[in-house]
Amino acid sequence: MKLGRRFWLWLALCYLGTLAVVAGVLATLGAELEGAEQAAFQRVLDRRAPALVFALVLLGFVWFGIVRWFSQRYPQAARRLAEETRVVLAANPGYRVAAHGAPEFDEAAHAINQLAEAYHRALGDLETRSAEARAQVEEERNRLAALMSELVEGVLVCNIEGRILLYNERAKQLLAPKGGAAPQYAPLGLGRSVFTLLERDQVAHALDKVRQRLAQGESRPVTRFVASVSEGALLRAVVTPFFDADARVAGMVFTLDDVTGLLGREGQRLALLHSLAAGLRAPVANVRAAAENLVAFPEMEDARRAQFAQIVADESGVLSGRLNTAMAEYADALKASLTLEDMSVADLVSVARRRIESALELPTRAEAIPDDLWVRVDSFAFVQALTYVAGRLRDEYGIRDVRFRAQASGAFAELDLVWTGAIVASDAFSLWELQPMRIGADETPLTLKDVLERHGGEAWTQAHKQSHTAWFRFLLPVGERVAAAAPAPPEAGSRPEYYDFDLFGRIEASSELEGRRLAELTYTVFDTETTGLQPSAGDEIISIAAVRIVNGRLLKQEFFEQLVNPRRPLDPESARIHGIEAEALVDQPTIDGVLPAFHRFCEDTVLVAHNAAFDMRFIELKEQAAGIRFTQPVLDTLLLSAAVHPTLEDHRLESIAERLGVRVIGRHTALGDALVTAEVFLRLLALLAERGIETLGAALEASRETYYARLRY
Amino acid sequence: METAKRKVLIVDDEPNIVTALEFLLERRGYAVRVATNGEEALALVESYRPDVMLLDVMMPKRSGYEVCQKVRERPDMQHVKVVMLSAKGREAEVNKGLSLGADLYITKPFSTQELVERIDALLGAAAKPGGA
Repeated sequence: MKLGRRFWLWLALCYLGTLAVVAGVLATLGAELEGAEQAAFQRVLDRRAPALVFALVLLGFVWFGIVRWFSQRYPQAARRLAEETRVVLAANPGYRVAAHGAPEFDEAAHAINQLAEAYHRALGDLETRSAEARAQVEEERNRLAALMSELVEGVLVCNIEGRILLYNERAKQLLAPKGGAAPQYAPLGLGRSVFTLLERDQVAHALDKVRQRLAQGESRPVTRFVASVSEGALLRAVVTPFFDADARVAGMVFTLDDVTGLLGREGQRLALLHSLAAGLRAPVANVRAAAENLVAFPEMEDARRAQFAQIVADESGVLSGRLNTAMAEYADALKASLTLEDMSVADLVSVARRRIESALELPTRAEAIPDDLWVRVDSFAFVQALTYVAGRLRDEYGIRDVRFRAQASGAFAELDLVWTGAIVASDAFSLWELQPMRIGADETPLTLKDVLERHGGEAWTQAHKQSHTAWFRFLLPVGERVAAAAPAPPEAGSRPEYYDFDLFGRIEASSELEGRRLAELTYTVFDTETTGLQPSAGDEIISIAAVRIVNGRLLKQEFFEQLVNPRRPLDPESARIHGIEAEALVDQPTIDGVLPAFHRFCEDTVLVAHNAAFDMRFIELKEQAAGIRFTQPVLDTLLLSAAVHPTLEDHRLESIAERLGVRVIGRHTALGDALVTAEVFLRLLALLAERGIETLGAALEASRETYYARLRY
Repeated sequence: METAKRKVLIVDDEPNIVTALEFLLERRGYAVRVATNGEEALALVESYRPDVMLLDVMMPKRSGYEVCQKVRERPDMQHVKVVMLSAKGREAEVNKGLSLGADLYITKPFSTQELVERIDALLGAAAKPGGA
């Protein structure tokens, strides 16, 4: 235990006081003595001087013992009791104080514990009631979250400063860096800036357009842009503003769609046009010149005529060749229009059957439908077309049920609508193709031919007379199998924290970071595992993990976790602590590849770690090789714990966690430790606030003052 | 003994291609008749009884598909070879033409020489009427 200034003061006082009393007594007695007696006394003193010095020293020790005993039993015990009481009050109501020092404190501790018990119960009641209220809000939020995760489109909501308030899983996929290369941007995350994900100018331009149209009196202006993200992928963003209570623009909703394929095909169509125009001009010019000569000069000599005729023949051959090449090359581009989507034939048939049965009350059946057959189809229009022909079969031919079958045929799928009974003549069917489709009372301006043309498809009628079977055969272009979107892995006991509406009111701080309140800062809490304890002796990082705290909330889903190849053998000793096998690291990136990604993850946040000096030392040694610098402020939970509990000695992560009621799971993995550190940090924030430490600057100052700050690695 | 001339029916509404094909096929030793729409073609099939039809797909009054299907519906016309000629060369149309009974589907533009050779081959492969 550290001995404070007051301790030494008391000791000095007692010691000097005793000396003063003894000296005073001796002086008084000495004044009473006669000359000879004084001399005799002086001699006695001289003879006994060593004993006297010994007595003086002994007196010092005696007083040291007494004052120390007293200070431990009273003032220090009182202070310790107060600190432990504060733990109950600010961090962990389940904590019970223990008495130290004088027996009187047993009584005090007992009373405090009784009070803590009552307080805990009262808090519990309050908690129950507010939990009920919260559950309701939570349920609504959950419904929103569920709705969002169901959407096929990516959704991203940000406030007016571009801070992300909400996003869904699809948006995360769309904006995730593709390929194995280090990401170019910080990942999508709550509270992060939308401008690191989408081009700032494009977003600003969209906002300008929205504002301008609002000014023109439009009530719900929507604007669009196409943004290119990583790996040449193209996203179409639809931007819709939303408003605060004063009808000012409060933020924007981005609906995101991957249009890489669509725009790619659009580009191919343009390329086809250009290639046709360029490739056909010259041969057409040659044919035309030769032909015009032949027509204009019928009297030309035979040799000349033969020459021109040859030119016409040759150039026509070139023209044919170019046309065929172009068509073959761009076959894909001609196949599909923007409204087509890939769909399995089985799904298409089941939608069509439901529609025919409900709209026409005509029984349907599926015969042979291959499971792995996919088509590129405008399913709405096509199902309408199927229903239309089925309706005419029922009305004009008295057909009472229809069947579906399908098979692949080259680049097409053959889908047959089959029935038994009357045969539909091909000229009748040709008429059906050209008439507007009518289903019951609904008529569309579209014809079956329009629908088929949109697909690059065909349809005709066929029959097998012996079996009285007839069918309409529809050709649809074969599509690509679309993998069913994998549902997000369920997180045990929690749901993804993809939104944070509390970021709404947040004012962009331009002021000094140090003046910012701790509660409103965004933190990256991280931990590393290393090969050993000596960074300067060549020990290396083998794992980095981090989680984020935004607006006082720990976002468990937005984590960073990366194993690192240390390019040196693992010490079996350390392997026992972190449990990472050397083989697991062989294929991992090295630290100079990982640090830049981690740096981006930490952008605009305050770093937090337990015993941060240790981790930072490792990181700093690699900064130069990685070409980045971590310049953000760093908070250390070890130092902060020491700052709020100066009389407690044990500030290991487990001990703090236990003291503050944080459940410890997965220790000694980087992510597990980062999570525990983050929970501990959140509770320490409350204790710091108790002590009036509310800004980043104050927290850094308190850290500096604590004893452990003097530790150096 | 010299066999009767093979009979070709050209069905197309574009006079320019008809002129060229007619000229070429006659030179090659075929008897040639021309129809310029679907109705006329069906009437001529009945009276003229061609060995082979060159059938354009896009025509006024019944498309080439329809004519082909009508011809194939007749049991007594099964031996007639049908060659479809079309400016629409997409795979779906080729598939439709062959499904409806065409023997060949040729996309415009084509080489006239090659067309004639393929007609020769088609008729050579067929059982010769009254032959053997």
